[in-house]
Amino acid sequence: MISGQTVRCAPRAAWACLSSIALFIAAPALAQEAAGYTPMKPTPGVGMPVDGGLTFQHQYSPLGEYALKIYNWALMPIITVICLFVLALLIWVVVRYNHRANPVASKTSHNTTIEIVWTVLPVLILVAIAFPSIDLIAKQYKPAPKEALTIKVTGNQWFWTYGYPDNGDFEVVSMMLNVPGQPEVNPGTREVGTKPWDGPSHLEVDNRLVVPAGEPIRLQITAADVIHSFAVPSLWFKLDAVPGRINEKVLFVEKPGVYYGQCSELCGAKHGFMPIALEALPRDKYDQWVLTHPGGVIDGKDAAEAAAAPAATPAVATVPVDSPLAASTGAAE
Amino acid sequence: MATTADHFHGNAADHGHDHAHDHPGFFARWFMSTNHKDIGTMYLIFAIFAGIIGGAFSGMMRAELAEPGIQYLDTFAKWFGATNPDFTTTLHTWNVLITAHGLIMVFFMVMPAMIGGFGNWFVPIMIGAPDMAFPRMNNISFWLTVAGFISLMCSAFVPGGTGLGAGTGWTVYAPLSTYGSPGMAVDFGIFALHLAGAGSIMGAINFITTIFNMRAPGMTLHKMPLFVWSVLVTAFLLLLSLPVLAAAITMLLTDRNFGTTFFDPAGGGDPVLYQHLFWFFGHPEVYIMILPGFGIISQIISTFSKKPVFGYLGMAYAMVAIGVVGFIVWAHHMYSTGLSVDVKMYFTAATMIIAVPTGVKIFSWIATMWGGSLEFKSPLVWAIGFIFLFTVGGVTGVVLANGGIDDALHDTYYVVAHFHYVLSLGAVTALFAGFYYWFPKMSGRMHSEFLANLHFAIFFVGVNMIFFPMHFLGADGMPRRIPDYPEAYTYWNHFATVGYMVMAASLVVWLANIVYAFVAGRQAEDNYWGEGATTLEWTLSSPPPFHQFETLPVIAETAHP
Repeated sequence: MISGQTVRCAPRAAWACLSSIALFIAAPALAQEAAGYTPMKPTPGVGMPVDGGLTFQHQYSPLGEYALKIYNWALMPIITVICLFVLALLIWVVVRYNHRANPVASKTSHNTTIEIVWTVLPVLILVAIAFPSIDLIAKQYKPAPKEALTIKVTGNQWFWTYGYPDNGDFEVVSMMLNVPGQPEVNPGTREVGTKPWDGPSHLEVDNRLVVPAGEPIRLQITAADVIHSFAVPSLWFKLDAVPGRINEKVLFVEKPGVYYGQCSELCGAKHGFMPIALEALPRDKYDQWVLTHPGGVIDGKDAAEAAAAPAATPAVATVPVDSPLAASTGAAE
Repeated sequence: MATTADHFHGNAADHGHDHAHDHPGFFARWFMSTNHKDIGTMYLIFAIFAGIIGGAFSGMMRAELAEPGIQYLDTFAKWFGATNPDFTTTLHTWNVLITAHGLIMVFFMVMPAMIGGFGNWFVPIMIGAPDMAFPRMNNISFWLTVAGFISLMCSAFVPGGTGLGAGTGWTVYAPLSTYGSPGMAVDFGIFALHLAGAGSIMGAINFITTIFNMRAPGMTLHKMPLFVWSVLVTAFLLLLSLPVLAAAITMLLTDRNFGTTFFDPAGGGDPVLYQHLFWFFGHPEVYIMILPGFGIISQIISTFSKKPVFGYLGMAYAMVAIGVVGFIVWAHHMYSTGLSVDVKMYFTAATMIIAVPTGVKIFSWIATMWGGSLEFKSPLVWAIGFIFLFTVGGVTGVVLANGGIDDALHDTYYVVAHFHYVLSLGAVTALFAGFYYWFPKMSGRMHSEFLANLHFAIFFVGVNMIFFPMHFLGADGMPRRIPDYPEAYTYWNHFATVGYMVMAASLVVWLANIVYAFVAGRQAEDNYWGEGATTLEWTLSSPPPFHQFETLPVIAETAHP
């Protein structure tokens, strides 16, 4: 299966069923803290919009950096020069050819040479843009290696569920935290700012999407009801969650941190209130996080078995290529 | 455009035609009209009315977005008839506002004003025809548009799922618009699109037939004014794209009401199929909105430069090229739906091609002014503003065309900024340019040039304040269609809301100018713009006689564009 391509899957009823199961198996945060996992405190200005920001968020994935480089060094200069060029020409004709400066209009209505020039020159500019642009698309569609970790993302009205088929198939339900002074978005969840690790309001959630940093991850994205879109601006990542389809794309987070995004396809009343909070952890911390979940396994071993055979866990953590995860991913496909 | 109307002297005869059938009673004249000028006037009045409602909706949205948090939406929900709205119902009202704003501005403001208004008024006159080819069908086109608008307004007051009104966005994506929105509201919205679409298809047939069959002797296709060319290309786009929309929304209707599953995966359907069908219509639709504006700008630039349009054939066929290419780029609206790699590369390359004919038009307008003797009357001021604003909107289109770059920008405020620069600042600026160019011709009264220029200055500042910061918000990741946002986006949102108030003030100046014209404006001469205005409408009185060209004008062989 090639990354980014669309695969037909079971009718949405099956996904709706899965996500309702997830409501029961999501691990309570308290149990996690007891087991040694504390959510990471986000760094202000990293992985989130900045006050009065003028341009793109800093990028934390190789392809995000490449795309931003294309924007900053090709697209932005070219469009700026074109706008200034047109503005300069307009100012020049206004000054030079107003009826006082030029009382008698010329009768020129054709000039084949200049017409060819202003047709061919834009073509050349566009061809120059097309090379890096097409190259970027090709790189974005490069499939994940076979042994890559698979994580399943499901959009729901109006929250996300994250499934970990390679780690015992537990699921995490992720809801926006309520905003102080505003009506409750998700009755039952706490208010933002009540825990030391809470990020910005409207972006922070109760249970984050936790992923390992520094390795390619196969994200499989679908929806249980209507179309949603999974987007994280600081990772240059956006892919629609479409009911009845699985969209797949490689996620690569360069370094540990918390990266925020929001649903990016109109999905009903609370469309603006189903953010994405992605927490990237070093592999060993990720494994610890997995084991805090009932049913969570690393390399086929749950928390008790992993403790009994301590040598196994670091092997998986440092050499994911040797992990039998590859086999289980293949089976899932 | 030199169609050398000065060779035509049939004008005087028209003044003598005051038969009784020229003066029907009020009801017969305005409700059963077969006169292209009266129908054009009704389209313009309708578009102004719909535009004020659509503009008021955008004011309500900007008010809500001025600060983070929900401030006004529950009040708005009550305006639409909700009693004690809960939070979900309150938020639903936001989606009703964005949906209604989009549909009104596209189908009931820009299209009726451009094609129904200026097209009806000036296409027959510019080609030397007495009226449209099918005058009665012309009347039906208008009243179907009105009926569609009434249906859309009705939808706001009936249940639409989580609240009153259709909250699907103007794109009406399935399955949010099918099983995601129970209640009658979306059905009313679909019916509105069917009615307006049928009206537009009939209008398109009327324009194509008129332009192909009713040109005056000597008015060859290559002597037609560029405004007529622009309406001809637009009519073909309407004729070829609207039936696809009609099919798509009919499938929505049967999915909603009759148990079909065209777009429902549970029955083997596909939500993305709807998006392909919608955008196969939707992309030509954006050219439908801007091409007549291109035509208006060409007439104005030529008139006030006192020069024929530079590269007339290139200009005409650039519009044809834009129309053709416009049909094969639709999936650039769908880069994030999970297209395959080849499809995404193709649509990236195809989309960028559109910049070439568009560039030809921009440069040809500037070349028309080059060497001219520019008279800075208000229409030219608006037209120069148009060229710059449309360029800014066009270059961000080149950025968005890149499928890989669009991964960050799709469905953010950057896209909102882009399409408002080409439509709100492009198409609407062209509409105001055309309004000041032709208003005295249509009404017989001169407007105030001072107020027209003041209107431009305030409008230009206001719309740039609204929409330029949206590039920043979008790049920083703010998604479209959200009523509330993280605090980081506060500054530029607040700035945009202030810009809205500036823009709204400019509209007061515009309305005051209309009042001034009717109350105190002096009588307009036949050709109040002078030597540069050479198309046939300037040979007629202001306003033109009820029926013009009962003796057909003859366009001289020597005339050359």
